[in-house]
Amino acid sequence: MLEQHLAVLPIILPLIAAPIALILGRSLLSWGFATLISGLSCFVSWQLLVAALSEGVLSYAVGGWPAPWGIELRVDAANAFVLLAVSAISTLVLIYSKDSIEKEIEKSKHTLFYTAHLLCLAGLTGILITGDAFNLFVFLEISSLATYTLVSLGSDRRCLTAAFRYLVMGTIGATFILIGVGLLYMKTGTLNMLDLASRIHFYESSRTINTGLAFIMVGVSIKLALFPLHMWLPPAYTHAPSAVTAFLASTATKVAVYVMIRFIFTIFGADHVFNEMGMDLILMALAIVAIFKCSYMATVQSNVKTVLAYSSVAQIGYMILGVSLVSVTGLMAGLIHIFNHALMKGALFMAVGAVFYRVGSVDIKAFRGLGKQMPLTMAAFTIAGLSIIGVPLTVGFVSKWYLVTGALEQNNWMIAALVLVGSLLAVVYIGRILEAAYFQKLPEDTDPSTVKEVPWLMLAPMWALVIANIYFGIDTSITTEAASSAAEWLFQNNNVQEVSQ
Amino acid sequence: MNLWQGIEPSHLISLSILVPFIGALLVIATGKIPNLREAITLTTAVVLFSIVLAITDYTLQGTELKLNVIDIFPGLGINFVVEPLGVLFALVASFLWIITSIYAIGYMRGHNEENQTRFFCCFALAISSVMAICFSGNLLSLFIFYEVLTLSTYPLVTHAGNDAAKQGGRTYLGILLSTSIAFLLFAVLGTYSITGTLDFQAGGIFDENDDKTILGVLLVLFCYGIGKAAIMPFHRWLPAAMVAPTPVSALLHAVAVVKAGVFSILKVVIYIFGLDQLKELNTTDIMLYIGAATILISSCIAMTKDNLKARLAYSTVSQLSYIVVGALLASSVAAAGAALHIATHAVGKITLFFCAGAIMVASHKKNISDMVGLGRKMPITMIAFTIGAISIIGLPPMAGTWSKWYLTIGALEADKLIIVAVLMISSLLNIAYLLPIPIKAFFNSRPEGQEAKPWSWAETKEAPLPILIALCITSVGCLVIFFYPQPLIDLINLIPGVSTHINGEG
Repeated sequence: MLEQHLAVLPIILPLIAAPIALILGRSLLSWGFATLISGLSCFVSWQLLVAALSEGVLSYAVGGWPAPWGIELRVDAANAFVLLAVSAISTLVLIYSKDSIEKEIEKSKHTLFYTAHLLCLAGLTGILITGDAFNLFVFLEISSLATYTLVSLGSDRRCLTAAFRYLVMGTIGATFILIGVGLLYMKTGTLNMLDLASRIHFYESSRTINTGLAFIMVGVSIKLALFPLHMWLPPAYTHAPSAVTAFLASTATKVAVYVMIRFIFTIFGADHVFNEMGMDLILMALAIVAIFKCSYMATVQSNVKTVLAYSSVAQIGYMILGVSLVSVTGLMAGLIHIFNHALMKGALFMAVGAVFYRVGSVDIKAFRGLGKQMPLTMAAFTIAGLSIIGVPLTVGFVSKWYLVTGALEQNNWMIAALVLVGSLLAVVYIGRILEAAYFQKLPEDTDPSTVKEVPWLMLAPMWALVIANIYFGIDTSITTEAASSAAEWLFQNNNVQEVSQ
Repeated sequence: MNLWQGIEPSHLISLSILVPFIGALLVIATGKIPNLREAITLTTAVVLFSIVLAITDYTLQGTELKLNVIDIFPGLGINFVVEPLGVLFALVASFLWIITSIYAIGYMRGHNEENQTRFFCCFALAISSVMAICFSGNLLSLFIFYEVLTLSTYPLVTHAGNDAAKQGGRTYLGILLSTSIAFLLFAVLGTYSITGTLDFQAGGIFDENDDKTILGVLLVLFCYGIGKAAIMPFHRWLPAAMVAPTPVSALLHAVAVVKAGVFSILKVVIYIFGLDQLKELNTTDIMLYIGAATILISSCIAMTKDNLKARLAYSTVSQLSYIVVGALLASSVAAAGAALHIATHAVGKITLFFCAGAIMVASHKKNISDMVGLGRKMPITMIAFTIGAISIIGLPPMAGTWSKWYLTIGALEADKLIIVAVLMISSLLNIAYLLPIPIKAFFNSRPEGQEAKPWSWAETKEAPLPILIALCITSVGCLVIFFYPQPLIDLINLIPGVSTHINGEG
């Protein structure tokens, strides 16, 4: 009986658990409970991925109402892959947060943190597996509202303005998506994604549908922080508590990228979006600018969290670039990078959180001399940093390899060159931090005995991600298989011709 | 000589990479007991050399050793194939590692360096990646271990931890990492997208019909992407790396790292492009003349340097371009000369660096102008220096003669007289910047009013014994290779398309 309902569990579990975590009241209790629930939904996601890879699409009618009238949940190779990544990261972050939030969030708000985290997780998984366009908006709002709360939990008062800014931008984005979905509904009379896809086909030249497309693309672009709509992201990531940043950086924007892929490929059809509307060029241009501009911005920041935040925006550029190549390899590169970037940024932000835990600051100056004081944390930071740069034997190399291969497949040597040159900027911004950690002395006024390694509950999830960075960089069979079958599935499913020059 | 007959031949490849790696781990484990730690380094080096000898044996017999480790991408991953050029490089690197270990023990203790455990550990790691580079069976493996080598040598360059070391390390990592990511990886991916394979194959992997313009661009990308070959203008990292302790400069920045660079270029030229294909590319000549210019310009810069290690560094930049030029002449004899130069330059230059370190330890002198009359105090060191210098210049009876000989013949065979001229002028420049050092040391007029007194052993103040042993071995090596180069030449003649016989006969 449970197997039948497997698809709904990743949403239901955290959604029901969220209020319970609040009721439990005690910080430690709700931590254990939230971690358990998150681990469970991670396990369920794994089962779903296995099922999706072997059986194809799993469909689930919520409340027994069949689609297109009821809400349908659809699990396929593409979203099961992202789903697993999101729930795994969530579990690791929750393990990590027990000690981390001690220093960053007031004691009284701890249960609130776990509740909001679970709600956010429920929203994100909902976005991933729902088959209904309006329902997607609902889950998007659930996750976003939870996110605004999470960001504002920081002890630094600037987190309030950051959260407010995020709230304003996020709401604009959500509203745009809602308007877009409304326009689609107006023309087609349906909200089920597959139903929409089959009907949109008849109205493709209609102005209403194209306006809807424009609203949705802009709305999603705000959510995924595509340049130049990324301005909310750096302050939010900088001032949110470290555990929150680690979670958001490796999941929230990735899920938004997924939403964009889903709208383009499943609902509108890549042929219409790219070949007729020419959006691939717009996306490609923005992605390239994002890579260069934001990587450059990352090199001049003094707050390490801001550095990594700008780096995130740049990395999102790589994902969108993969999508804009309109080929199986390109899309696969984008999907793999969603997963791989989650591993890198998760580890990096956790390491930064560990530094805050001991030093109380994440300014680049605070990293001085930490190579000796916190060897494990800084080693984790170094490996994850090398992964961002794209050094071989890390996941970053795999992403870059597929992205450049995808560009070269189309003889697009320019893009290939830009991707590689862009990654040089990562050498600079990661290098600056490593130099401070390994080559500068601990400031005179700091007592070396207070700056030591963080508790193992923080180190363990950090290193789990670091090891994943290396493991999936060497044995790529799992990620490659999942991403390539997802990409092929997305392409075949709406009979789009690949662009080939 | 094969001490490893009981072992499956292809396992020797993994052993050659794992032995130094395990050595590095043991060095960390025994860090608290310096004598044991150094014993482990030496044992590892000797064991490694015996493994490489066994591999050489198989190669000379014509047995092909292969090992597929893991597929990173479908059908493409880390694999190792032993071929003669790699064996030659592995022989040189592993043999000189033994000598350098002896030397390093004397030097590091004589100099009271800190963090010696980290030093010996990273050293072994670097050698491990050099072995992996030697036996790489495709461009991806080569690229991966090329990067590993860069990263594992970085802590060695910045060993001193002071501002100069930091600055040097920044230049080192900056140039090597950026050229490899921006150019080399690009070239590798470009090659892959054109041919669908990255395996090293005799005669190259490109098709007759592939676009020559693109191949030409790829050649330039390869030449500059392999920043370790130090072709101008991307040579700055090598002088910057001289802030490292002298054993590092000696083994890594005269032998292992820089030779890994030119070795990669030779590999790409011989096994990816193929010498025949290379002749037809427009950019071959351009890169050839840039290489020639590097030879001359860096020799001129070397003359202006008073710091001995800096002078030697620029000399290395110049000598590396000999190999690049040899590879790009697209002649089988020149390629043979280039391969041989890997070995002959290695013994010559390592001798010079050993001497520079010995001088630093024994008399704390870094600048050439201070070395006046040093021949009295350090006769053995200065004699070894002279031998090394003559070998670099390429005069008989030293090793360097042979590689220069074949390079010149190759240039003639390729009908590039201008390269012949460059090689000759460069030899003169070498004389001008290397020989004044021993001349000043030995034949300096004594200060006014001082009695001429006969030299006696009593006034010598040589470096510690391990250092002396090391530099004696390598200077004798210069002589031995001159009189007995046949084993190396046999090995080189096994490389497909490369031959020491003019017009490929033989």
